[in-house]
Amino acid sequence: MSAQNVLDMSINIALVLLSLAFLLTIIRIVKGPTLPDRILGLDMLVGAAIGYIAVIGVKTGYTLYVDIAIALGLVGFLATVAFARFILVRGQADEGGMEDGHELDADSMIDYKIGELGANAKTVDDPEKQGS
Amino acid sequence: MADLGTYIVSILIIVGAFFALVASVGLIRLPDVYSRMHAASKAGTLGSGLMLIALSIYSDDLATIMRALIGVVFFLLTAPIASHLLAKAAYAVGYRLSDISVIDEMAKPNAKKGK
Repeated sequence: MSAQNVLDMSINIALVLLSLAFLLTIIRIVKGPTLPDRILGLDMLVGAAIGYIAVIGVKTGYTLYVDIAIALGLVGFLATVAFARFILVRGQADEGGMEDGHELDADSMIDYKIGELGANAKTVDDPEKQGS
Repeated sequence: MADLGTYIVSILIIVGAFFALVASVGLIRLPDVYSRMHAASKAGTLGSGLMLIALSIYSDDLATIMRALIGVVFFLLTAPIASHLLAKAAYAVGYRLSDISVIDEMAKPNAKKGK
């Protein structure tokens, strides 16, 4: 068995393993009970995508995508930092949002906050209308 | 000699993909966000770093080699910072450790529950 055959076989195995990694990470993102879990899944997804680009570069010799891998790493890093700031700014975590199923979900929390903001905006708007 | 390089590339690719898979299995199976972070940031970084190194060994072009190595260095620099910030933010906001955690070293001594 020549070296090229070994390389082709290992590339195929690696692509299968990476696809499984993608799948499991996406399961965690969909399931993940809290917002930090989902952000962590996003981070992991970026890492797996960079590995995928590297394997495709070995397989096809088409290495233009390595630039995109570097840019993807930068974007993933900045997104994670921004989401961490967002968690800090958003404030207190919903209690019971860890393991038990009945939690007030992060999404519904955001919806609730947006609803609150909308209500505030309305009450602010009204006096202006009366004033004018 | 060229064969040796190809074998090394094959081994690096498989090991890197295996580490990425281990990281995502840890993401599924570990109990809380902090231990999941431990799996994802360490094993995930090692996996994609190994695959980028394999690309830089395989390639003949100096520009591609340098890009892949720069990608590795950049990823090694940014992944711990991102995980650290995320863990700090999650802990400061009050996401709890799982019940089977042994010790919480950041817990304030007088606080009733971890803040």
